[in-house]
Amino acid sequence: MIYDTLNLLFQFLDSFAFIVLATVGLAVIFGMMGIINLAHGEFILVGAYGTTLSYGAGLPLALAMGVGVLATTVFGLVLERTVMRRLYHRPLDSMVATWGLSLVTVQLARIGFGNTLSQVGTPLGSISYGAFSYSAYRVVLAGIAVAVLVSLYWLFMYTEFGTQARATMEDEPTARSMGVDTGRIYLGTFGLGSALAGLTGALYAPTITMTPELGASFLVEAFVTVVVGGSSVLVGTSLAGGFLGVVNATFTNLAGTFIGQVAMLLAAILAIRLLPEGITGLIDSWRAKRAEGGQ
Amino acid sequence: MLAIEDLHASYDSTPVLRGVDLSVDEGEIVGVIGKNGAGKTTLMKSVIGLLEPDSGTIQFDGRDVTDEPSDARARGGMGYIPQRRDVFPSLTVEENLRMGESINEGGEARYDAVYEYFPILEERREQKAGTMSGGQQQMLAVGRALVGSPDLLLLDEPSEGVQPSIVAEMSETIGQMSEETETTVLFVEQNLSVIDALAERCYVMEKGRIVEELAAVEHETVATHLAV
Repeated sequence: MIYDTLNLLFQFLDSFAFIVLATVGLAVIFGMMGIINLAHGEFILVGAYGTTLSYGAGLPLALAMGVGVLATTVFGLVLERTVMRRLYHRPLDSMVATWGLSLVTVQLARIGFGNTLSQVGTPLGSISYGAFSYSAYRVVLAGIAVAVLVSLYWLFMYTEFGTQARATMEDEPTARSMGVDTGRIYLGTFGLGSALAGLTGALYAPTITMTPELGASFLVEAFVTVVVGGSSVLVGTSLAGGFLGVVNATFTNLAGTFIGQVAMLLAAILAIRLLPEGITGLIDSWRAKRAEGGQ
Repeated sequence: MLAIEDLHASYDSTPVLRGVDLSVDEGEIVGVIGKNGAGKTTLMKSVIGLLEPDSGTIQFDGRDVTDEPSDARARGGMGYIPQRRDVFPSLTVEENLRMGESINEGGEARYDAVYEYFPILEERREQKAGTMSGGQQQMLAVGRALVGSPDLLLLDEPSEGVQPSIVAEMSETIGQMSEETETTVLFVEQNLSVIDALAERCYVMEKGRIVEELAAVEHETVATHLAV
């Protein structure tokens, strides 16, 4: 019984970590800048390839992951300067552009590195309990997911960059007239989103097969979570990650990975049907009602 | 402090400013009066740099800022208070004020003075700006620009959408503040009581041009210019 509970707990931590890490980069770019980045999966690809290739070249894993994150950040910053900054406030155009970018990146990866790379082994060994064992690395990933959410919350709520970024997203001209270099804020936010996607790629590089299409396996979770989460980026991602993680873990535990995925997507469809503004939209309307009731 | 010469500006391709000349000396409080559609807000947006002029020059503090982006002008010492109290609604009062810190780079942040002029802002520090009343939001917009101790305060119709009793109180506070901190003020307005209370001299604006300069602000003359 206790082992079953542990199994379910580990399964939940695993789903939660995957959902949150797959989403954060997209959530920052979409939530703060309104850009639907269809190349999000390829940002993750750059992070994963950067990590795997530099590990293959002889770097220790932690350093190789740093290289993966750095490569993705630079990739993102260059794109922002050359392509994305022309497409702010043009959601449809930016979707087409990022989609094209995604196709190009996948094919370039195939041309440059072939159909697969030799894999980094999963580090840290495993935790054994009774007849079961679980990868310790996957538990660490859950810890990292929580740490990433907490640091992002701190960054956006309590630092000067965070305040200026929120002000810029809310009302760009007024922020500019208060002395904020909004171009730099956009660049910084896009760079941050890219770095987060790169981190996801770096962290999952030891656990997934290195193919040029690996980004696609993150894309569904990422978009579903952003939509279910709603307008308030970080709180939405955390809550939606928790909710979808529970559904995914429960059904995976009962009936296997495939049914777990089906159940999660069904739950997402229901959630979007019932809460068109997402989970944070529901919270906002509760708050508004309570405020009205208080007066 | 501020000198505008032959300024032309347009929205899309509709010309709005058709050759504006005006100047403001250090320490002065100058009003630009005119009816709706005269181009007052466009003038303010051009001065702070949110609208690129078609031609003409804007000199601020002895240097040509015509081609400077708006954030550089703000850091150079212009404190802009947008029309319709454009505060950041989802930021708290304190966070809104903190946004004003980047105005006039290197200047000291004056929270104490701002809280003294507008005690309500200190009381409501933690509250989201969007949940405050119109008058309080206008005070916040003024406070936000004052925090960075600007050299020149640009006020775009401070009375718009604010209760008359608060309008009077606010005009008085702004006048007092300008005197105490030696801040130059340029404001545009069509509300007679604000013009009476605040302006030392004014320009009359009509159809995108300055048509008259009033060295002294006399109630009757101003009223005639604003009458429909």
